[in-house]
Formats: sequence, C-alpha cells, structure tokens
Amino acid sequence: MAKGALRQLLPSRSGKLTTGLVIVIGITLFAIIAPFFTQNPRSSQNPAMLPPGADHLLGTTSLGYDVFAQLAEGARSSLLVGVTAGAIAIVLSIIFGIVAGYVGGWTDAGLRLVTNIMLVIPAIPLQIVVASYLQKRSLVLVAVILGVLGWAGGAVVLRSMALSLRTRDYVSAAKVAGEKTWRIILVEIMPNLLPLLAAQFLFAVILAILNEAGLSYLGLGPNNSITWGTILNDAQGGSALTRGAWWWFVPPGVLIALFGCGMSLINFAIDEIINPKLRSAPQAAKRVRKAGGDVVVNAEQEPEKVNA
Amino acid sequence: MSASQVPVGGTGVLEVKNLVKDFTVRSGWKRSKLRAVNEVSFTLEPGKTIALVGESGSGKSTVARMIAQLETPTTGEIHLDGRAIARHGDALARYRHAVQMVFQDPFASLNPYHTVGHHLERPLKIHGVAKGDDLEPAVHALLERVNLTPGEVFAAKRPHEMSGGQRQRVAIARALAPGARFLVADEPVSMLDVSIRLGVLNLLARLQREENLGVLYITHDLATARHFSDEILVMYRGNVVERGPSDEVILNPQHDYTKTLLAAAPEPSRHGKLRDEVRAELAGNA
Repeated sequence: MAKGALRQLLPSRSGKLTTGLVIVIGITLFAIIAPFFTQNPRSSQNPAMLPPGADHLLGTTSLGYDVFAQLAEGARSSLLVGVTAGAIAIVLSIIFGIVAGYVGGWTDAGLRLVTNIMLVIPAIPLQIVVASYLQKRSLVLVAVILGVLGWAGGAVVLRSMALSLRTRDYVSAAKVAGEKTWRIILVEIMPNLLPLLAAQFLFAVILAILNEAGLSYLGLGPNNSITWGTILNDAQGGSALTRGAWWWFVPPGVLIALFGCGMSLINFAIDEIINPKLRSAPQAAKRVRKAGGDVVVNAEQEPEKVNA
Repeated sequence: MSASQVPVGGTGVLEVKNLVKDFTVRSGWKRSKLRAVNEVSFTLEPGKTIALVGESGSGKSTVARMIAQLETPTTGEIHLDGRAIARHGDALARYRHAVQMVFQDPFASLNPYHTVGHHLERPLKIHGVAKGDDLEPAVHALLERVNLTPGEVFAAKRPHEMSGGQRQRVAIARALAPGARFLVADEPVSMLDVSIRLGVLNLLARLQREENLGVLYITHDLATARHFSDEILVMYRGNVVERGPSDEVILNPQHDYTKTLLAAAPEPSRHGKLRDEVRAELAGNA
C-alpha cells in the first residue's frame, strides 16, 4: 500500500485522539507490564481489609488479596476478553454485513434474516442464559459468547455501506476488468470501509468489556479468572460498600469507565475521517449560535425603530 | 496488444440482437414494468464506431451495461464472433478479454484507495498480458500510450491527485489493458471540462486506429457523435428512432426527436442572439 493511502486513513491529530490514545495505551501497558511486578493476585497471605498504603498500593480485600495485583491481572483478562470478542464480532459482521450487501438476492435475504433475529434477541438476558447453562466457563469461552452475540448492529451498518459501494463505478469497472467477487469485496470495497471497520471494532471491544464486567458482576463470568468484573463481584460479595472499602470497588470501576472513555475518544477521531464535516462541526455550531444571537438582537431592536 | 494476443477467430464482430431490458419499478404495493431498452439491434465491426445518441434516461447507458455484462438482458442476445456470449466462468473471462468499457465519471470509476498502477496492473495480470517483472514496464507503457508521461510518475499517483482528464485517460488505459477488440465508451467526455474533451476524444480515435478497435460511443452530444463515428443511432425512450451514416442523420434528420436534438445544439450563426433578446427585454421593462 502506498504511503499516501495509509496517511489518508489515519485520523488527524486532535485533542480527542491524543487523550484517547494516552488513556488506552496507558491501560494496555498497565495490563501488559504491571502483572510482572505485583505479587500473586491469588495469594491471600496479606492482612484483610487494609486501606491503601506503602505495602499494598490499593489495599487488600476481605480475603487478603492485594487489590493492585488483582487490578493488573484483571486488566489483562478484561482486555483479552474485549479484543477476542471484538475480533469475533467484527469478522461476523463483515460476513453477515458486507457479503449480504454486496452479493444481494437470496444470500442477502438469508444473511439478513439471521442478522435481524440476532438484533431483536435481547443480548444481556441471552448471555446470562448461555453463561449460566455452561458450568465451566473459561476466559476464551466467555469472549466467544460475547463475540457471537454482539455483531448484529455492526452488520446492519456494514450491509448498508456495502449496498452503497457496490453500485459505485469502480466496482463495476473491477467487474468488467474480470475481478472475482471475493477479490472485489476484499480489495475494492473493504479498504474503503477501513475507518468504519476500525470504529466498529473499537466499539465492539468496549461493548465486550462492559458486558463481561456485567456478566462477572452477576457471577456468570469466567471461572478461575480475575477480571475487572469479578473484582466488582467479589467486592459486592465482601460487602465492600457497607464496610467503606472504597479502594476495593472504585479502581476497577474507574478503569472500566476510563477505558471505555478512551476508546470512544479514538472512535470520535475515526468518525471524523468517515465524515469530515464532523471536523468543523463544533466551530460551525458556534458560528450558527452567534448568528442566531445576532438575529434575536435585531428582532428586539426593530420595534424601537418602528416607534421612532 | 499485439495481434498474437487476439484469440483465434478474433476478427469477428460484436452483434447485438433485439436487446430488451425491463426494470421492475416498485412504488408502495404497486409494481410496474419499465422498459428501458426496447428491441435494440446493431453490429459493431472492428475499426468502426457507432454512436448511440439520446437524452438522459433514454436507455443508452443500459445498452452499454448489458454489453459489458453488468446487467442481464431481459430478452435478446449478444453475439461475439457469431456465437452467443457466455455469462459465467472461463468463457466470460474470454469475453471480457475482448470487450471492455470506459465509464462516464472518471471521479467515480477509479477506486480512491488504490494507485493508478494498481488499476492497470490488475487487468494486465487477470488477462495474462504481463506478469512478474514485465508488469511494471507494461503499466508504464500503457500510461505513455494515453499521453500520461512519464509513466512511472503517474503510476505512483492516486486518483485524487489527478485532474478529470488525466483520470479518464487512466480509465481508457485500463480498458485497453486486456487487449480488447471492442470498447464501450459510456459518455467518456461528458464529465470533463469542455477544453479537454477534444483531447480525450482524439486520443480515443488514435487508439482506435492503432488497435483497429470497434467502439460503441455513447453520448448526448450530436456534434461529437458526428465528429467521431461512422454510424449514428438515436435512442428515445428505449427505442432506436433513427439510424444511419453520421452525416446522413445530422444533415437530413427524419424523426422529430432527432430534429429537436439538433435544434437544441448551439448554432454558431445564432451567437449573441439570446443575449440581445435578454437585453431588449430588459430595456423594454425599464
């Protein structure tokens, strides 16, 4: 790929993008590096319910686990679930969205039927049912459940994009040149959808992390794994709230919120590539507001003029 | 591009027989049929140009898309070298090898994501004209044939870095890449600046002579049709209402629609008339 092509795909530098990247990269680095330096998150040798201090940066739980160690291990598993589920979801939405939109006809009808069914099934209750049906849930299994149940919205958007792209002249031209269908989809259509796909992937990752936290909080998360959600579940079980152990439940909650916020900020920056109008939207809105204000002022002045 | 690449029996004609295309139009619960093309027949010979003239919506582009196999005719047949054309597989690839198309809008027909080089490499590769190390020189040679020199500079460019005329030249080069014998040009200059139209048309004419191409030139402009083609077919609402040698159709129009079309073209002897009329009217009002 040419350098120019890459550059065009990258979002322009902005406050949103920088903030988002700093948050996301920071949390990712924390997930990768921190577990090497913390104590074993499964060791309960520490005194229980210690508030944050020099020995235990974020204190300990009611069972004597080190919260900082659990947080670092939890970041690893939560991100792993998020990325795996996001990847599964994006691949499924490509298959069900782009293929349906491009191929059309009966293929479209069939794929769209599945998409619509997935769309109307409420995801969280279904996840609860599936997760509670499976007794042994590994981290990967939870990620697969979340990914398989979380692609339908993206597929609808991709299908409509593919519907619009398939009638473009350059797709017709590729057909006339003799390109095969799969190559047209992968080489001619997909690159033009890359910003959209990136945005959808990020969104799918956030959704998976949030859903995993939700499932874990309900006690339906992965067994024998520590994620941000299971820490919250433990905190709930250990009645951290009533005992005032804020260091137990605040850090995982804040990390989930921060990560979602960072990903969303990156997403906004990507949105600006897809729709360049958004780049100037804040200024435009300000200008309109100003102009609107002027009009009001004029309207107020006018009666005076009439009186005079 | 040389005679050796033309498949056996590659001297025949492209024949369109009684082509009909119906589109289903749905509005609410109602479905109706719209006949976009009605019983259109003509024969395209190597080295000859047929102009298909008509207003927007007259069905001329649909004819082009059916010949390029982007649409399937409702009834009627297209014959290449005396045989009905294939719709699938290797035989379709052979057909595409012989018949290529230039699209109307050069801003839409090139993928904004890919370089010019990519656009030309693919047809060369697909149709086995060049591969491996020969690919790059072949791309550059193609670009130079359409007057985009130096080739290596233009091959590295991407569509948005070029003007409309340059893009259309790339599109023409792409259509020539497989070594086609027949070219469908769907209003190739209508989206270009008036100042560069003649350049692109002259390029097409030169390439046609060099390759002995059969060209179907689709346009709404009778002047360029006369300039460029041997035979003119006038289409109106899906029907061919008039056909004949170019000069015959232009100088001696029979059908009312052709006459309207001719009258609509700006005529040098009337230059300034409209301006004078407006001035007179303004003066009268004052």
